Amino acid sequence: MSVLVYADHNNTSLNAATLNTVAAAKQIGGDIVILVAGEGCAAVAEAAAKIDGVAKVLVADNALYAHQLAENIGLLVAEVGKDYSHILASTTSTAKSILPRVAALLDVAQISDIIRVESADTFARPIYAGNAIATVQSSDAIKVVSVRGTGFDAAAAEGGSATVEALDLAKDAAVSAFVNEEIVKSERPELTAASIIISGGRGMQNGENFKMLEAVADKLGAALGASRAAVDAGYVPNDMQVGQTGKIVAPDLYIAVGISGAIQHLAGMKDSKVIVAINKDAEAPIFQVADYGLVADLFEAVPALEQLL
Amino acid sequence: MKVLVAVKRVVDANVKVNVLADNTGVDLNNVKMAINPFCEIAVEEAIRLKEKGVATEIIAVCIGPKAAQEQLRTAMALGADRSILVETDANVEPLGVAKALKAIADKEQPGLVIVGKQAIDGDNNQTGQMLSALTGYSQATFASELIVDGDKVTVTREVDGGLQTVALSLPAVVTTDLRLNEPRYASLPNIMKAKKKPMDIITAEELGVDLAPRTKVLKVEPPAKRAAGIIVESVEELVDKLKNEAKAI
Ligand SMILES: Cc1cc2nc3c(=O)[nH]c(=O)nc-3n(C[C@H](O)[C@H](O)[C@H](O)COP(=O)(O)OP(=O)(O)OC[C@H]3O[C@@H](n4cnc5c(N)ncnc54)[C@H](O)[C@@H]3O)c2cc1C
Ligand SMILES: Nc1ncnc2c1ncn2[C@@H]1O[C@H](COP(=O)(O)O)[C@@H](O)[C@H]1O
Repeated sequence: MSVLVYADHNNTSLNAATLNTVAAAKQIGGDIVILVAGEGCAAVAEAAAKIDGVAKVLVADNALYAHQLAENIGLLVAEVGKDYSHILASTTSTAKSILPRVAALLDVAQISDIIRVESADTFARPIYAGNAIATVQSSDAIKVVSVRGTGFDAAAAEGGSATVEALDLAKDAAVSAFVNEEIVKSERPELTAASIIISGGRGMQNGENFKMLEAVADKLGAALGASRAAVDAGYVPNDMQVGQTGKIVAPDLYIAVGISGAIQHLAGMKDSKVIVAINKDAEAPIFQVADYGLVADLFEAVPALEQLL
Repeated sequence: MKVLVAVKRVVDANVKVNVLADNTGVDLNNVKMAINPFCEIAVEEAIRLKEKGVATEIIAVCIGPKAAQEQLRTAMALGADRSILVETDANVEPLGVAKALKAIADKEQPGLVIVGKQAIDGDNNQTGQMLSALTGYSQATFASELIVDGDKVTVTREVDGGLQTVALSLPAVVTTDLRLNEPRYASLPNIMKAKKKPMDIITAEELGVDLAPRTKVLKVEPPAKRAAGIIVESVEELVDKLKNEAKAI
């Protein structure tokens, strides 16, 4: 058995989610090879080579891969991956766009967003917004699998000494081009990597009021999240959405403020270790998953909380 | 140009499903079914393209059971011109759906295929990407804006870090995110009119497509239950519990 892990990165640093994917690869067993595709991504390859348990790092450094265009990278991963028993990637927006292409090109199914490895061909994954967990067995020769980061404890980022090998493979589908991107810059920890998250919902009333949450986040070193309603209303940008169709998080502490607790929101945070809910409606479903519920007006409770920290 | 939209019949987004006692699946008896929300957004986007004079014809496609005719009628009531049901009672995987959609695309030669980013039952998030890979059409996932200009389409995508814009040559596959548009409701006259719009009912065999699943569901279980929590009386008590009981801060 041999597992190819597709590295998620921005050409300068490796996304920590890749460590969780390597952890899943270790549970599958066999040699673990990481594929880094990008442009000017030597630092990423170096970081990947240090991950504990990795045998080899393949680097495809080419302008064609600079922006992770799914058409080009799909061709690359399918070509490299056809000699492996497993191809894994994290459930990030980049890999979600690439991995199903790889599966289709290899004419195999993809198993999305696994949270457990039962054996080399059997995996558990949430369906119906996490209201059910399916155990699925693949009959394909190559298993193409995306890995939910919160399902696996990260592999150690240090301790490995994999060989790094350059790949001279240029794949150009020539059907799409990168135009630009607006990446939200923040001093705060990344949502999916944060150990504490404070999220606001429609109850926040506007974007300005999120400053109250920022003040708490600053004291706790927390990341900021939001419900879909808060994003749809334009209070905060889309990258903050937690939920079935946003980001899946499982921090040590999740504080939900002015969020009702719809199924789709719960799907993104109910595996958090400790959940706090602040909501003025005692009947709000968020209280059913909260370890500590506070029935209060958030405009009084949040500033008071900040004072006490 | 023709626009193909893929429409899946799924459990309504407001229903909290329950796992069957024998762990073979979820209980779908007497559960409200609907068009997958992301597919509604796909249909809406196609209609807007037609209203702008970009799309000439909208074809809604579903791979599913006989009952899925209902969702295709809804798509036509919203504004699709005709529809195709690839009828099957099997539980079709995204790869099979993508192959069926490819066979239809080969025949219809659409300029654009719009699909949802994710079906809210299986939460797979695969079909559009697979279809793009199989057809060689360009791809943009998680669209929050879509502008067709001649033989190009510019798509703004919701990505983990924020937004990314890509330019695609047509034909293209675009998958919808939540903020692409707000779907309209079907009016009563349009619901009546939709009854007369054409619906082709075909089989996978007729398309020459193999829908056989590649995976087997061994069991379906409810998720682990969380231990019951408590209601605290004050912010002071909350901070005290977080510090001294949960040791979370
Ligand atoms: C296909 C689909 C996908 C979806 N994906 C997601 C997703 O990924 N993530 C997500 O979050 N949602 C998602 N949703 C939306 C979800 O169904 C809910 O609509 C949404 O989560 C509601 O957001 P909310 O809790 O902020 O707003 P509401 O449900 O309006 O709740 C606001 C809450 O704030 C409380 N409140 C108001 N004022 C105060 C105050 N002064 N003090 C204290 N409390 C106050 C209210 O009591 C209420 O409980 C999705 C829906 C669909 C159909
Ligand atoms: N059986 C189906 N019939 C029609 N379209 C489908 C079907 N399954 C998936 N799709 C399309 O593919 C999208 C993504 O689904 P999935 O890859 O299953 O998450 C859906 O929103 C639909 O647009």
